[in-house]
Amino acid sequence: MQNFHTSIISNLELSPGYFRMRILAPGFVATAKPGQFVMVRIGNGLEPLLRRPFGIFRTGFLPADCQGLPDKEYVEILYKVVGSGTALLRDLHRGDRVELLGPLGNGFDMQPAAEQILVGGGIGLVPLYMLARQLVKTGRVRLLMGGRCRDDILAVTEFERLGVATYVSTDDGSLGEEGLVTDVLRRKLEKFPGAAIYACGPMPMLRAVHDLCSAHRAPLQVSLEAFMACGVGACLGCVVKGAGHSEADPHYLCTCKEGPVFRSEQLEWDKLEAGHEDCGCEEERA
Amino acid sequence: MNENAPVCGRKPGLAVEIAGLRLKNPVMPASGTFGYGQEYAPFFDLDELGAIVTKGLSLHPKAGNPTPRIAETTSGMLNAIGLQNVGVDVFIREKMPFLRQFRTPVIVNFFGNSLEEYGEMARRLSDLPEVAAAELNISCPNVKKGGIVFGTDPLAAAEVVSLVRRHMDKPLIVKLTPNVTDITIMARAVEEAGADAICCINTLTGMAVDVRRRSPRLANLTGGLSGPAIRPVAVRMVYQVVQSVKVPVIGVGGITCAEDALEFLIVGARAVQVGTANFVDPRAMPGIVAGLEDYCRTQGVDDINEVIGSLRVS
Repeated sequence: MQNFHTSIISNLELSPGYFRMRILAPGFVATAKPGQFVMVRIGNGLEPLLRRPFGIFRTGFLPADCQGLPDKEYVEILYKVVGSGTALLRDLHRGDRVELLGPLGNGFDMQPAAEQILVGGGIGLVPLYMLARQLVKTGRVRLLMGGRCRDDILAVTEFERLGVATYVSTDDGSLGEEGLVTDVLRRKLEKFPGAAIYACGPMPMLRAVHDLCSAHRAPLQVSLEAFMACGVGACLGCVVKGAGHSEADPHYLCTCKEGPVFRSEQLEWDKLEAGHEDCGCEEERA
Repeated sequence: MNENAPVCGRKPGLAVEIAGLRLKNPVMPASGTFGYGQEYAPFFDLDELGAIVTKGLSLHPKAGNPTPRIAETTSGMLNAIGLQNVGVDVFIREKMPFLRQFRTPVIVNFFGNSLEEYGEMARRLSDLPEVAAAELNISCPNVKKGGIVFGTDPLAAAEVVSLVRRHMDKPLIVKLTPNVTDITIMARAVEEAGADAICCINTLTGMAVDVRRRSPRLANLTGGLSGPAIRPVAVRMVYQVVQSVKVPVIGVGGITCAEDALEFLIVGARAVQVGTANFVDPRAMPGIVAGLEDYCRTQGVDDINEVIGSLRVS
């Protein structure tokens, strides 16, 4: 984990409202693990005051500027413009400066399994790419990618290039199968009973994925999003309700430090929504 | 500060003294924004700080408030964490060994749910040689018991401070809330009851509404406002408190850089605490220490104590 000023290599619109930003990030190729995130400080002023968390989509190398110098390392984030912070981020260009803190969080626990199913909802696809890159080495990987419409379906061909079998579904049928990503998951769970499941997306989707996986006794890890101030476990603003939580005996887990990836049995699913999805502001979340 | 710049003349003295406690510089974190120190150790040597102030501690672990707990506002943030903490036993067992490796003084912030708990906490902390001083929290706006009920009534405040004083042989800092009509009344009450120093201000009670959902942005409805937005209020209150008590005052509220810290020092604060800025920039505090040194050099100040209380009112 480190904090440094750096510069943007590119910032491109992938799909309406969705952007892909590549940022110089020395050391990230060796240190960033699938499922981790970064906190980005956008500008040096007071608006927005707090950093914004973004899941790491991937890391990689760029050729050096001239011979003899080491290759440059970068980190890529994908983001959806949803609030004041991401609106500012959208307007940044190649060469603009940002401050980066990371890599943060625990990341996925990658257990070898013959069948591995990744479930992504919209921008929730982000942490799954580096995960897929690792998992294809040990078994068969399938990506079930869902969204409201075709604009929400991102970067699927990049997963295909890794050798991942992809299944796209949209609510309105504008791309892939018409219906919910969990309908696809139900079929896959019936077909591959021993599969390990990894999911990231909006809370209603995660809850449905959790219900399906519990019914099929499939091991599930989820990556959560939360609004947070520090990203390092100090502010305690990003907590979620842990298993066994009750009003009489509350139990919270820190998304930034103990997460953002949790085994589904660590969480109190019945009570997650109020505290988490209804974060109260249409703002950026990890 | 440019570390490669040639060093001209003597290094300015940044050390200050608070209630017999010598700090190598006047910069320390505000309780609750720095965890138990460990969270920020990857970013700088904690010995660069004047002191370490830990997250508010209670006799028993506390789970904290429902979520959402934080919301960003214009130049600030609201929080209603609810004093979530590991409790004094886990603190001693799991957090203290880490803090022991540093030479800089450790100030433990604490609170109780009742007078008895405040007293018991004072006894427990007195027994710990690693604790250089204690900061008594009677000002958290986000919990029903323990925090602010003692902090808004001068008699209740005096009662809890004198009780803690009886059980505490370490320097005792009392942290005050700004959510009162006249903070100087509270300051004088806790000074008289035995406080060795006063820290102000805690957060200002605030509220924010999600207009789309027409719902409060915090589950707790209200929360404490912190960050640059509150700094002028904090500077004013620190100034008033400095004028009305003899004990040293630690200024806190919206400090992000050395210039902000200097405002507090110039109106008479002996030291400053940095809170929300730690979230924004994990290296904010070492930056402020370096900035204070720079200020002294460029202003021809040999010792930061010359700056403290140097406000010129014409």
